[in-house]
Amino acid sequence: MNRTNEKAVETLFFLSAFFSALLTIAIFGFMLALGLPLFAEGRFFAIITEPWAPHLGHFGISPMIVGTLAISSLSMLFAFPLCLGFAILISVVSRGKIRWLLRKTVEMMTGIPTVIYGFVGIFLLVRLVREFFDAGSGMCVLSASLMLSLMVSPTMILFFCDSFERVPSSYGKAVLAMGGTEIQRFLYVTLPNSWPGIVIGFTLSLGRAMGDTLIALMIAGNAVQTPGSLVDSARTLTSHIALVFAADYESLEFKAIFACGIFLYLFTTLLVITARLLGHRGERWAR
Amino acid sequence: MKRFLELAVPIFSWLCGIILLGAVLSVVGYLFVHGWKSLSLSLIFGTTPPLDALLMKRHVFNGLFPAVIGTFSLVVLAVCLAVPVGMASGIYLAEYAGAGTKAILNLFFDIMAGLPSIVIGLFGFSAAVFLNRHFSGNIHPCLLISSIALAFLVLPYIIRTTQMALEGLPLSARMTGLSLGASRLQNIVHVLLPQSLAGVVSGVILAIGRCAEDTAVIMLTGVVASTGIPRSLLSHYEALPFYIYYISSQYTDSEELATGYGAAIILLFICLILFLLAFVIKKRVSYLALYRA
Repeated sequence: MNRTNEKAVETLFFLSAFFSALLTIAIFGFMLALGLPLFAEGRFFAIITEPWAPHLGHFGISPMIVGTLAISSLSMLFAFPLCLGFAILISVVSRGKIRWLLRKTVEMMTGIPTVIYGFVGIFLLVRLVREFFDAGSGMCVLSASLMLSLMVSPTMILFFCDSFERVPSSYGKAVLAMGGTEIQRFLYVTLPNSWPGIVIGFTLSLGRAMGDTLIALMIAGNAVQTPGSLVDSARTLTSHIALVFAADYESLEFKAIFACGIFLYLFTTLLVITARLLGHRGERWAR
Repeated sequence: MKRFLELAVPIFSWLCGIILLGAVLSVVGYLFVHGWKSLSLSLIFGTTPPLDALLMKRHVFNGLFPAVIGTFSLVVLAVCLAVPVGMASGIYLAEYAGAGTKAILNLFFDIMAGLPSIVIGLFGFSAAVFLNRHFSGNIHPCLLISSIALAFLVLPYIIRTTQMALEGLPLSARMTGLSLGASRLQNIVHVLLPQSLAGVVSGVILAIGRCAEDTAVIMLTGVVASTGIPRSLLSHYEALPFYIYYISSQYTDSEELATGYGAAIILLFICLILFLLAFVIKKRVSYLALYRA
Protein backbone atom coordinates (compact mmCIF):
# COMPACT_ATOMS: atom_id res chain seq x y z
CA MET A 1 0.00 0.00 0.00
CA ASN A 2 1.45 3.33 -0.95
CA ARG A 3 1.33 6.60 0.83
CA THR A 4 -1.64 8.15 -1.01
CA ASN A 5 -3.74 5.10 -0.21
CA GLU A 6 -2.76 5.37 3.39
CA LYS A 7 -3.85 8.99 3.50
CA ALA A 8 -7.11 8.23 1.67
CA VAL A 9 -8.10 5.53 4.14
CA GLU A 10 -7.33 7.79 7.06
CA THR A 11 -9.57 10.44 5.52
CA LEU A 12 -12.27 7.82 5.11
CA PHE A 13 -12.02 6.88 8.79
CA PHE A 14 -12.22 10.54 9.73
CA LEU A 15 -15.24 11.13 7.51
CA SER A 16 -17.10 8.20 9.11
CA ALA A 17 -16.46 9.56 12.57
CA PHE A 18 -17.38 13.08 11.47
CA PHE A 19 -20.57 11.85 9.81
CA SER A 20 -21.59 9.92 12.94
CA ALA A 21 -21.03 12.96 15.14
CA LEU A 22 -22.90 15.17 12.69
CA LEU A 23 -25.84 12.81 12.91
CA THR A 24 -26.22 13.58 16.60
CA ILE A 25 -26.71 17.24 15.72
CA ALA A 26 -28.82 16.46 12.65
CA ILE A 27 -31.33 14.55 14.76
CA PHE A 28 -31.87 17.61 16.93
CA GLY A 29 -31.91 19.94 13.93
CA PHE A 30 -34.57 17.94 12.11
CA MET A 31 -36.89 17.93 15.11
CA LEU A 32 -36.38 21.63 15.69
CA ALA A 33 -37.08 22.45 12.04
CA LEU A 34 -40.22 20.32 11.83
CA GLY A 35 -41.55 21.42 15.20
CA LEU A 36 -40.93 25.08 14.44
CA PRO A 37 -44.52 26.06 13.50
CA LEU A 38 -45.47 25.16 17.05
CA PHE A 39 -42.77 27.31 18.62
CA ALA A 40 -43.35 30.28 16.34
CA GLU A 41 -45.32 33.35 17.43
CA GLY A 42 -43.96 33.12 20.96
CA ARG A 43 -45.92 30.01 21.75
CA PHE A 44 -42.97 28.21 23.28
CA PHE A 45 -44.17 28.64 26.83
CA ALA A 46 -47.69 27.69 25.88
CA ILE A 47 -46.38 24.21 25.20
CA ILE A 48 -45.30 23.86 28.79
CA THR A 49 -48.26 25.60 30.42
CA GLU A 50 -51.31 24.78 28.29
CA PRO A 51 -53.34 21.58 28.65
CA TRP A 52 -53.48 19.01 25.82
CA ALA A 53 -56.73 19.68 23.95
CA PRO A 54 -56.12 19.51 20.18
CA HIS A 55 -59.77 20.21 19.30
CA LEU A 56 -59.54 23.53 21.20
CA GLY A 57 -56.18 24.42 19.72
CA HIS A 58 -54.21 23.74 22.88
CA PHE A 59 -51.10 21.66 22.40
CA GLY A 60 -49.45 21.78 25.81
CA ILE A 61 -47.40 18.75 26.71
CA SER A 62 -46.92 19.43 30.41
CA PRO A 63 -49.01 16.40 31.56
CA MET A 64 -46.67 14.20 29.53
CA ILE A 65 -43.57 15.85 30.96
CA VAL A 66 -44.90 15.30 34.47
CA GLY A 67 -45.84 11.72 33.54
CA THR A 68 -42.35 11.00 32.23
CA LEU A 69 -40.68 12.50 35.27
CA ALA A 70 -43.03 10.76 37.72
CA ILE A 71 -42.73 7.31 36.17
CA SER A 72 -38.98 7.41 35.62
CA SER A 73 -38.09 8.84 39.03
CA LEU A 74 -40.43 6.43 40.79
CA SER A 75 -38.81 3.52 38.95
CA MET A 76 -35.42 4.77 40.11
CA LEU A 77 -36.74 4.91 43.66
CA PHE A 78 -37.59 1.20 43.43
CA ALA A 79 -34.55 0.17 41.42
CA PHE A 80 -31.75 1.96 43.26
CA PRO A 81 -31.86 0.15 46.64
CA LEU A 82 -32.61 -3.19 44.96
CA CYS A 83 -29.71 -2.82 42.54
CA LEU A 84 -27.31 -1.64 45.20
CA GLY A 85 -28.24 -4.67 47.30
CA PHE A 86 -27.88 -7.02 44.36
CA ALA A 87 -24.51 -5.54 43.40
CA ILE A 88 -23.32 -6.02 46.99
CA LEU A 89 -24.57 -9.60 46.81
CA ILE A 90 -22.50 -10.23 43.67
CA SER A 91 -19.35 -8.33 44.66
CA VAL A 92 -19.12 -8.88 48.41
CA VAL A 93 -21.48 -11.36 50.00
CA SER A 94 -21.64 -14.36 47.67
CA ARG A 95 -18.75 -16.65 46.76
CA GLY A 96 -17.62 -19.03 44.02
CA LYS A 97 -20.26 -20.74 41.88
CA ILE A 98 -23.17 -18.71 43.24
CA ARG A 99 -21.43 -15.43 42.49
CA TRP A 100 -20.66 -16.61 38.94
CA LEU A 101 -24.25 -17.73 38.45
CA LEU A 102 -25.69 -14.45 39.78
CA ARG A 103 -23.43 -12.40 37.54
CA LYS A 104 -24.28 -14.43 34.43
CA THR A 105 -27.99 -14.16 35.21
CA VAL A 106 -27.76 -10.39 35.39
CA GLU A 107 -25.78 -10.26 32.16
CA MET A 108 -28.44 -12.36 30.44
CA MET A 109 -31.16 -10.10 31.84
CA THR A 110 -29.80 -7.19 29.81
CA GLY A 111 -30.87 -9.17 26.74
CA ILE A 112 -34.57 -9.42 27.56
CA PRO A 113 -36.51 -7.30 25.02
CA THR A 114 -38.54 -4.43 26.51
CA VAL A 115 -41.64 -5.45 24.61
CA ILE A 116 -41.60 -8.69 26.63
CA TYR A 117 -41.64 -6.77 29.91
CA GLY A 118 -44.60 -4.82 28.58
CA PHE A 119 -46.40 -7.91 27.34
CA VAL A 120 -46.08 -9.82 30.60
CA GLY A 121 -46.82 -6.58 32.44
CA ILE A 122 -50.26 -6.34 30.83
CA PHE A 123 -51.29 -9.84 31.77
CA LEU A 124 -49.50 -10.34 35.09
CA LEU A 125 -48.47 -7.13 36.86
CA VAL A 126 -51.45 -5.01 35.85
CA ARG A 127 -53.80 -7.72 37.10
CA LEU A 128 -51.95 -7.95 40.41
CA VAL A 129 -51.96 -4.18 40.90
CA ARG A 130 -55.65 -4.01 40.05
CA GLU A 131 -56.57 -6.63 42.62
CA PHE A 132 -54.19 -5.43 45.30
CA PHE A 133 -55.11 -1.75 45.17
CA ASP A 134 -58.64 -2.28 43.95
CA ALA A 135 -58.30 0.73 41.65
CA GLY A 136 -59.51 1.12 38.09
CA SER A 137 -57.90 -0.88 35.32
CA GLY A 138 -54.57 -1.42 37.04
CA MET A 139 -52.81 0.36 34.20
CA CYS A 140 -51.12 3.11 36.17
CA VAL A 141 -47.96 4.93 37.19
CA LEU A 142 -47.17 2.23 39.75
CA SER A 143 -47.35 -0.70 37.31
CA ALA A 144 -45.23 1.07 34.72
CA SER A 145 -42.57 2.16 37.16
CA LEU A 146 -42.34 -1.30 38.76
CA MET A 147 -41.78 -2.88 35.35
CA LEU A 148 -39.34 -0.14 34.33
CA SER A 149 -37.29 -0.67 37.47
CA LEU A 150 -36.98 -4.32 36.51
CA MET A 151 -35.90 -3.34 33.00
CA VAL A 152 -33.14 -0.93 34.05
CA SER A 153 -31.85 -3.02 36.94
CA PRO A 154 -29.34 -5.24 35.06
CA THR A 155 -27.55 -2.20 33.60
CA MET A 156 -27.49 -0.52 36.97
CA ILE A 157 -26.23 -3.62 38.80
CA LEU A 158 -23.40 -4.22 36.31
CA PHE A 159 -22.46 -0.57 36.63
CA PHE A 160 -22.34 -0.74 40.42
CA CYS A 161 -20.29 -3.95 40.39
CA ASP A 162 -17.86 -2.29 37.98
CA SER A 163 -17.41 0.74 40.19
CA PHE A 164 -16.82 -1.47 43.27
CA GLU A 165 -14.12 -3.36 41.38
CA ARG A 166 -12.38 -0.19 40.29
CA VAL A 167 -11.45 0.76 43.87
CA PRO A 168 -7.73 -0.14 44.17
CA SER A 169 -7.43 -3.46 45.98
CA SER A 170 -4.55 -2.20 48.15
CA TYR A 171 -7.04 -0.03 50.09
CA GLY A 172 -9.15 -3.01 50.97
CA LYS A 173 -6.24 -5.29 51.76
CA ALA A 174 -5.20 -2.90 54.51
CA VAL A 175 -8.57 -3.43 56.19
CA LEU A 176 -8.34 -7.20 55.89
CA ALA A 177 -4.78 -7.14 57.25
CA MET A 178 -5.99 -5.37 60.37
CA GLY A 179 -8.47 -8.15 60.97
CA GLY A 180 -11.54 -6.51 59.39
CA THR A 181 -14.22 -8.60 57.68
CA GLU A 182 -15.19 -8.44 54.01
CA ILE A 183 -18.33 -6.56 54.98
CA GLN A 184 -16.33 -4.01 56.95
CA ARG A 185 -13.98 -3.55 54.03
CA PHE A 186 -16.93 -2.93 51.76
CA LEU A 187 -18.75 -0.53 54.10
CA TYR A 188 -15.82 1.64 55.17
CA VAL A 189 -13.49 1.48 52.15
CA THR A 190 -15.10 0.30 48.93
CA LEU A 191 -18.45 2.09 49.21
CA PRO A 192 -17.09 5.54 50.12
CA ASN A 193 -14.56 5.28 47.28
CA SER A 194 -16.94 4.17 44.58
CA TRP A 195 -19.67 6.77 44.84
CA PRO A 196 -18.82 8.54 41.55
CA GLY A 197 -19.41 5.27 39.70
CA ILE A 198 -22.65 4.74 41.58
CA VAL A 199 -23.94 8.21 40.73
CA ILE A 200 -22.98 7.78 37.06
CA GLY A 201 -24.72 4.41 36.93
CA PHE A 202 -27.81 5.93 38.50
CA THR A 203 -27.84 8.89 36.09
CA LEU A 204 -27.48 6.78 32.96
CA SER A 205 -30.12 4.30 34.13
CA LEU A 206 -32.47 7.23 34.72
CA GLY A 207 -31.85 8.19 31.10
CA ARG A 208 -32.78 4.71 29.94
CA ALA A 209 -35.93 4.72 32.06
CA MET A 210 -36.97 8.08 30.60
CA GLY A 211 -36.31 6.98 27.06
CA ASP A 212 -38.19 3.71 27.19
CA THR A 213 -41.35 3.67 25.14
CA LEU A 214 -42.95 0.27 25.20
CA ILE A 215 -43.39 -0.36 28.92
CA ALA A 216 -45.10 2.96 29.63
CA LEU A 217 -47.11 2.75 26.41
CA MET A 218 -48.39 -0.71 27.24
CA ILE A 219 -49.07 -0.51 30.98
CA ALA A 220 -49.24 3.11 32.15
CA GLY A 221 -52.78 3.64 30.86
CA ASN A 222 -51.99 6.61 28.56
CA ALA A 223 -54.64 9.00 29.90
CA VAL A 224 -53.75 12.63 29.21
CA GLN A 225 -53.73 13.94 32.75
CA THR A 226 -51.28 14.99 35.38
CA PRO A 227 -51.11 11.92 37.62
CA GLY A 228 -52.14 12.71 41.19
CA SER A 229 -51.47 9.36 42.81
CA LEU A 230 -49.66 6.08 42.26
CA VAL A 231 -52.69 4.34 40.85
CA ASP A 232 -53.54 7.12 38.39
CA SER A 233 -53.20 6.49 34.70
CA ALA A 234 -50.51 8.61 33.00
CA ARG A 235 -48.90 9.23 29.65
CA THR A 236 -45.18 9.71 29.02
CA LEU A 237 -43.53 11.83 26.33
CA THR A 238 -42.42 8.67 24.56
CA SER A 239 -45.87 7.08 24.47
CA HIS A 240 -47.38 10.44 23.45
CA ILE A 241 -45.17 10.37 20.34
CA ALA A 242 -46.24 6.82 19.56
CA LEU A 243 -49.95 7.58 20.09
CA VAL A 244 -50.25 10.92 18.28
CA PHE A 245 -48.19 9.54 15.41
CA ALA A 246 -51.35 8.30 13.73
CA ALA A 247 -52.69 11.88 13.37
CA ASP A 248 -52.65 13.89 10.15
CA TYR A 249 -49.10 14.85 9.28
CA GLU A 250 -49.81 18.49 8.43
CA SER A 251 -51.76 19.26 11.61
CA LEU A 252 -50.37 21.25 14.53
CA GLU A 253 -51.30 18.30 16.71
CA PHE A 254 -48.72 16.26 14.84
CA LYS A 255 -46.10 18.99 15.22
CA ALA A 256 -46.44 18.61 18.99
CA ILE A 257 -44.70 15.26 18.87
CA PHE A 258 -41.55 17.02 17.72
CA ALA A 259 -41.77 19.16 20.84
CA CYS A 260 -41.91 15.90 22.85
CA GLY A 261 -38.88 14.66 20.91
CA ILE A 262 -36.98 17.85 21.66
CA PHE A 263 -37.73 17.59 25.37
CA LEU A 264 -36.66 13.94 25.45
CA TYR A 265 -33.46 14.82 23.58
CA LEU A 266 -32.68 17.62 26.02
CA PHE A 267 -33.45 15.52 29.13
CA THR A 268 -31.25 12.60 28.07
CA THR A 269 -28.43 14.86 26.85
CA LEU A 270 -28.49 16.66 30.18
CA LEU A 271 -28.19 13.34 32.01
CA VAL A 272 -25.31 12.16 29.80
CA ILE A 273 -23.43 15.42 30.32
CA THR A 274 -24.04 15.23 34.09
CA ALA A 275 -22.65 11.72 34.13
CA ARG A 276 -19.58 12.83 32.19
CA LEU A 277 -18.96 15.80 34.47
CA LEU A 278 -19.28 13.60 37.54
CA GLY A 279 -16.50 11.31 36.49
CA HIS A 280 -13.96 11.56 33.74
CA ARG A 281 -14.17 7.83 33.54
CA GLY A 282 -17.66 8.31 32.12
CA GLU A 283 -16.56 7.05 28.70
CA ARG A 284 -16.06 3.55 30.07
CA TRP A 285 -19.72 2.72 29.77
CA ALA A 286 -20.56 0.72 26.71
CA ARG A 287 -24.21 -0.11 27.13
CA MET B 1 -25.15 0.87 65.50
CA LYS B 2 -22.14 -0.06 63.39
CA ARG B 3 -22.43 -3.69 64.34
CA PHE B 4 -26.09 -3.64 63.39
CA LEU B 5 -25.22 -2.13 60.01
CA GLU B 6 -22.61 -4.80 59.38
CA LEU B 7 -25.14 -7.49 60.19
CA ALA B 8 -27.85 -5.88 58.11
CA VAL B 9 -25.85 -5.61 54.86
CA PRO B 10 -25.76 -9.34 54.00
CA ILE B 11 -29.40 -9.81 54.95
CA PHE B 12 -30.43 -6.80 52.89
CA SER B 13 -28.42 -7.92 49.87
CA TRP B 14 -29.86 -11.45 49.93
CA LEU B 15 -33.33 -9.96 50.23
CA CYS B 16 -32.69 -7.79 47.16
CA GLY B 17 -31.35 -10.81 45.32
CA ILE B 18 -34.43 -12.86 46.08
CA ILE B 19 -36.85 -10.08 45.12
CA LEU B 20 -35.14 -9.27 41.83
CA LEU B 21 -34.52 -12.86 40.76
CA GLY B 22 -38.07 -13.70 41.78
CA ALA B 23 -39.43 -10.87 39.64
CA VAL B 24 -37.41 -11.87 36.57
CA LEU B 25 -38.23 -15.54 36.98
CA SER B 26 -41.92 -14.76 37.27
CA VAL B 27 -41.81 -12.68 34.06
CA VAL B 28 -40.03 -15.40 32.09
CA GLY B 29 -41.90 -18.19 33.84
CA TYR B 30 -45.30 -16.62 33.23
CA LEU B 31 -44.47 -16.36 29.54
CA PHE B 32 -43.53 -20.01 29.33
CA VAL B 33 -46.36 -21.39 31.40
CA HIS B 34 -48.89 -19.62 29.20
CA GLY B 35 -47.06 -19.86 25.91
CA TRP B 36 -45.37 -23.23 25.64
CA LYS B 37 -48.52 -24.87 24.32
CA SER B 38 -48.59 -22.62 21.27
CA LEU B 39 -45.01 -23.43 20.30
CA SER B 40 -45.11 -25.55 17.18
CA LEU B 41 -44.24 -25.38 13.51
CA SER B 42 -47.73 -24.20 12.67
CA LEU B 43 -47.13 -21.15 14.91
CA ILE B 44 -44.61 -19.97 12.35
CA PHE B 45 -45.88 -21.44 9.11
CA GLY B 46 -49.61 -21.64 9.74
CA THR B 47 -51.21 -24.18 7.44
CA THR B 48 -48.63 -23.75 4.66
CA PRO B 49 -46.05 -26.54 4.32
CA PRO B 50 -42.78 -25.16 5.84
CA LEU B 51 -40.66 -25.97 2.77
CA ASP B 52 -42.99 -24.14 0.40
CA ALA B 53 -42.97 -21.13 2.69
CA LEU B 54 -39.18 -21.06 2.95
CA LEU B 55 -38.80 -21.29 -0.83
CA MET B 56 -41.35 -18.45 -1.18
CA LYS B 57 -43.63 -20.67 -3.27
CA ARG B 58 -46.72 -19.97 -1.21
CA HIS B 59 -47.82 -17.19 1.09
CA VAL B 60 -48.18 -17.79 4.79
CA PHE B 61 -51.38 -16.28 6.08
CA ASN B 62 -51.91 -17.40 9.62
CA GLY B 63 -48.36 -17.81 10.90
CA LEU B 64 -45.50 -15.70 12.15
CA PHE B 65 -43.35 -16.41 9.09
CA PRO B 66 -43.68 -12.91 7.52
CA ALA B 67 -42.84 -11.28 10.85
CA VAL B 68 -39.78 -13.50 11.29
CA ILE B 69 -38.59 -12.71 7.75
CA GLY B 70 -39.28 -9.00 8.34
CA THR B 71 -37.23 -8.93 11.53
CA PHE B 72 -34.49 -10.95 9.86
CA SER B 73 -34.19 -8.60 6.86
CA LEU B 74 -34.30 -5.57 9.16
CA VAL B 75 -31.43 -6.91 11.24
CA VAL B 76 -29.29 -7.86 8.25
CA LEU B 77 -29.80 -4.51 6.50
CA ALA B 78 -29.29 -2.40 9.62
CA VAL B 79 -26.16 -4.23 10.71
CA CYS B 80 -24.68 -4.13 7.18
CA LEU B 81 -25.20 -0.37 7.17
CA ALA B 82 -23.95 0.26 10.70
CA VAL B 83 -20.87 -1.98 10.86
CA PRO B 84 -18.64 -0.33 8.21
CA VAL B 85 -19.34 3.22 9.41
CA GLY B 86 -19.19 2.23 13.07
CA MET B 87 -15.94 0.32 12.77
CA ALA B 88 -14.29 3.06 10.73
CA SER B 89 -15.31 5.66 13.33
CA GLY B 90 -14.11 3.40 16.14
CA ILE B 91 -10.75 2.93 14.44
CA TYR B 92 -10.43 6.67 13.89
CA LEU B 93 -11.21 7.37 17.54
CA ALA B 94 -8.81 4.77 18.89
CA GLU B 95 -5.90 5.15 16.47
CA TYR B 96 -5.91 8.54 14.76
CA ALA B 97 -7.84 11.17 16.72
CA GLY B 98 -5.93 13.72 18.78
CA ALA B 99 -6.92 14.32 22.41
CA GLY B 100 -9.14 17.32 21.69
CA THR B 101 -11.01 15.79 18.74
CA LYS B 102 -11.43 12.59 20.70
CA ALA B 103 -13.01 14.35 23.68
CA ILE B 104 -15.53 16.13 21.44
CA LEU B 105 -16.39 13.03 19.42
CA ASN B 106 -16.72 10.97 22.62
CA LEU B 107 -19.25 13.48 23.94
CA PHE B 108 -21.30 13.24 20.74
CA PHE B 109 -21.32 9.45 20.76
CA ASP B 110 -22.27 9.38 24.44
CA ILE B 111 -25.22 11.66 23.71
CA MET B 112 -26.20 9.54 20.71
CA ALA B 113 -26.00 6.32 22.74
CA GLY B 114 -28.26 7.88 25.36
CA LEU B 115 -30.96 9.02 22.92
CA PRO B 116 -34.32 7.25 23.36
CA SER B 117 -35.04 4.94 20.46
CA ILE B 118 -38.32 6.70 19.74
CA VAL B 119 -36.40 9.92 19.05
CA ILE B 120 -34.29 8.03 16.51
CA GLY B 121 -37.53 6.68 15.05
CA LEU B 122 -38.91 10.20 14.81
CA PHE B 123 -35.75 11.25 13.01
CA GLY B 124 -36.11 8.34 10.59
CA PHE B 125 -39.70 9.35 9.91
CA SER B 126 -38.84 13.02 9.33
CA ALA B 127 -35.98 11.97 7.04
CA ALA B 128 -38.48 9.91 5.01
CA VAL B 129 -40.82 12.91 4.76
CA PHE B 130 -37.91 15.12 3.75
CA LEU B 131 -36.80 12.69 1.03
CA ASN B 132 -40.35 12.30 -0.18
CA ARG B 133 -40.78 16.04 -0.66
CA HIS B 134 -37.43 16.87 -2.18
CA PHE B 135 -36.31 13.80 -4.08
CA SER B 136 -38.85 11.20 -4.92
CA GLY B 137 -42.53 10.73 -4.24
CA ASN B 138 -41.95 6.98 -4.05
CA ILE B 139 -40.24 7.19 -0.69
CA HIS B 140 -42.50 6.46 2.26
CA PRO B 141 -41.70 4.96 5.63
CA CYS B 142 -40.53 1.47 4.62
CA LEU B 143 -38.11 -1.35 5.24
CA LEU B 144 -35.14 0.67 4.00
CA ILE B 145 -35.94 3.73 6.15
CA SER B 146 -36.41 1.49 9.21
CA SER B 147 -33.08 -0.23 8.64
CA ILE B 148 -31.30 3.10 8.27
CA ALA B 149 -32.89 4.38 11.48
CA LEU B 150 -31.98 1.15 13.31
CA ALA B 151 -28.44 1.47 11.97
CA PHE B 152 -28.26 4.93 13.59
CA LEU B 153 -29.56 3.41 16.82
CA VAL B 154 -26.78 0.81 17.05
CA LEU B 155 -24.01 2.95 15.55
CA PRO B 156 -22.73 4.18 18.94
CA TYR B 157 -22.56 0.58 20.27
CA ILE B 158 -20.36 -0.51 17.38
CA ILE B 159 -18.17 2.58 17.59
CA ARG B 160 -17.69 2.08 21.34
CA THR B 161 -16.92 -1.64 21.22
CA THR B 162 -14.45 -1.20 18.34
CA GLN B 163 -12.77 1.69 20.08
CA MET B 164 -12.55 -0.09 23.42
CA ALA B 165 -11.26 -3.32 21.88
CA LEU B 166 -8.47 -1.42 20.10
CA GLU B 167 -7.58 0.73 23.08
CA GLY B 168 -7.42 -2.34 25.29
CA LEU B 169 -4.51 -3.84 23.34
CA PRO B 170 -1.17 -3.85 25.17
CA LEU B 171 1.57 -1.49 24.01
CA SER B 172 3.80 -4.39 22.99
CA ALA B 173 1.22 -5.65 20.47
CA ARG B 174 0.94 -2.14 19.11
CA MET B 175 4.69 -1.64 18.69
CA THR B 176 5.82 -4.97 17.21
CA GLY B 177 4.38 -4.41 13.74
CA LEU B 178 5.56 -0.80 13.60
CA SER B 179 9.08 -1.73 14.64
CA LEU B 180 9.21 -4.29 11.82
CA GLY B 181 8.52 -1.52 9.33
CA ALA B 182 4.75 -1.82 8.87
CA SER B 183 2.93 1.40 8.06
CA ARG B 184 0.25 2.71 10.41
CA LEU B 185 -2.58 1.31 8.28
CA GLN B 186 -0.85 -2.05 7.75
CA ASN B 187 -0.39 -2.30 11.49
CA ILE B 188 -4.11 -1.65 12.06
CA VAL B 189 -5.33 -4.04 9.37
CA HIS B 190 -2.94 -6.94 9.93
CA VAL B 191 -2.12 -6.72 13.64
CA LEU B 192 -4.46 -4.61 15.73
CA LEU B 193 -7.83 -5.50 14.17
CA PRO B 194 -7.31 -9.30 14.18
CA GLN B 195 -6.27 -9.11 17.81
CA SER B 196 -9.27 -7.07 18.86
CA LEU B 197 -11.71 -9.06 16.74
CA ALA B 198 -13.38 -10.63 19.78
CA GLY B 199 -14.45 -7.27 21.15
CA VAL B 200 -15.64 -6.04 17.77
CA VAL B 201 -17.63 -9.18 17.00
CA SER B 202 -19.34 -9.28 20.39
CA GLY B 203 -20.28 -5.63 19.84
CA VAL B 204 -21.81 -6.52 16.49
CA ILE B 205 -23.80 -9.35 18.04
CA LEU B 206 -25.13 -7.05 20.76
CA ALA B 207 -26.13 -4.66 17.98
CA ILE B 208 -28.00 -7.49 16.24
CA GLY B 209 -29.89 -8.19 19.44
CA ARG B 210 -30.77 -4.51 19.81
CA CYS B 211 -32.07 -4.37 16.22
CA ALA B 212 -34.15 -7.50 16.69
CA GLU B 213 -35.85 -6.31 19.87
CA ASP B 214 -36.38 -2.63 19.21
CA THR B 215 -40.00 -1.66 18.69
CA ALA B 216 -40.12 2.11 19.06
CA VAL B 217 -37.97 2.86 16.01
CA ILE B 218 -39.83 0.62 13.60
CA MET B 219 -43.21 1.75 14.92
CA LEU B 220 -42.59 5.20 13.43
CA THR B 221 -40.83 4.08 10.29
CA GLY B 222 -43.08 1.71 8.42
CA VAL B 223 -43.87 -1.51 10.26
CA VAL B 224 -47.46 -2.71 9.88
CA ALA B 225 -49.46 -5.45 11.56
CA SER B 226 -50.13 -7.53 8.49
CA THR B 227 -48.78 -7.32 4.96
CA GLY B 228 -46.95 -10.57 4.22
CA ILE B 229 -43.31 -10.94 3.28
CA PRO B 230 -41.69 -7.60 2.30
CA ARG B 231 -41.58 -7.43 -1.50
CA SER B 232 -38.92 -4.75 -1.84
CA LEU B 233 -36.81 -2.36 0.18
CA LEU B 234 -39.45 0.30 -0.29
CA SER B 235 -42.42 -1.72 0.94
CA HIS B 236 -44.05 -2.13 4.32
CA TYR B 237 -43.12 -5.13 6.42
CA GLU B 238 -44.02 -7.07 9.56
CA ALA B 239 -41.74 -7.60 12.54
CA LEU B 240 -41.84 -9.80 15.64
CA PRO B 241 -41.62 -7.15 18.40
CA PHE B 242 -44.29 -5.01 16.76
CA TYR B 243 -46.51 -8.05 16.34
CA ILE B 244 -46.22 -8.73 20.08
CA TYR B 245 -47.13 -5.13 20.88
CA TYR B 246 -50.01 -5.16 18.41
CA ILE B 247 -51.48 -8.42 19.69
CA SER B 248 -51.28 -7.28 23.31
CA SER B 249 -53.72 -4.44 22.62
CA GLN B 250 -55.74 -5.73 19.66
CA TYR B 251 -56.30 -9.43 20.25
CA THR B 252 -59.83 -10.62 19.64
CA ASP B 253 -59.75 -14.24 20.83
CA SER B 254 -57.59 -16.55 22.90
CA GLU B 255 -56.11 -18.10 19.78
CA GLU B 256 -54.62 -14.79 18.65
CA LEU B 257 -53.34 -14.18 22.14
CA ALA B 258 -51.64 -17.57 22.08
CA THR B 259 -49.70 -16.60 18.94
CA GLY B 260 -48.69 -13.44 20.80
CA TYR B 261 -47.26 -15.56 23.62
CA GLY B 262 -45.54 -17.76 21.04
CA ALA B 263 -44.02 -14.75 19.29
CA ALA B 264 -42.80 -13.39 22.64
CA ILE B 265 -41.08 -16.68 23.46
CA ILE B 266 -39.43 -16.81 20.03
CA LEU B 267 -38.18 -13.22 20.36
CA LEU B 268 -36.90 -13.87 23.88
CA PHE B 269 -35.02 -16.94 22.65
CA ILE B 270 -33.48 -15.09 19.71
CA CYS B 271 -32.25 -12.28 21.96
CA LEU B 272 -30.94 -14.53 24.73
CA ILE B 273 -29.13 -16.81 22.27
CA LEU B 274 -27.50 -13.79 20.63
CA PHE B 275 -26.39 -12.58 24.05
CA LEU B 276 -24.97 -15.95 24.97
CA LEU B 277 -23.17 -16.04 21.63
CA ALA B 278 -21.64 -12.61 22.27
CA PHE B 279 -20.25 -13.75 25.61
CA VAL B 280 -18.92 -17.05 24.25
CA ILE B 281 -17.35 -15.38 21.21
CA LYS B 282 -15.62 -12.81 23.34
CA LYS B 283 -13.57 -15.69 24.70
CA ARG B 284 -13.41 -17.98 21.65
CA VAL B 285 -12.61 -15.50 18.91
CA SER B 286 -9.72 -13.94 20.74
CA TYR B 287 -8.27 -17.43 20.87
CA LEU B 288 -8.91 -18.12 17.17
CA ALA B 289 -7.65 -14.76 15.95
CA LEU B 290 -4.44 -15.05 17.88
CA TYR B 291 -3.56 -18.41 16.42
CA ARG B 292 -4.66 -17.96 12.84
CA ALA B 293 -3.77 -14.45 11.83
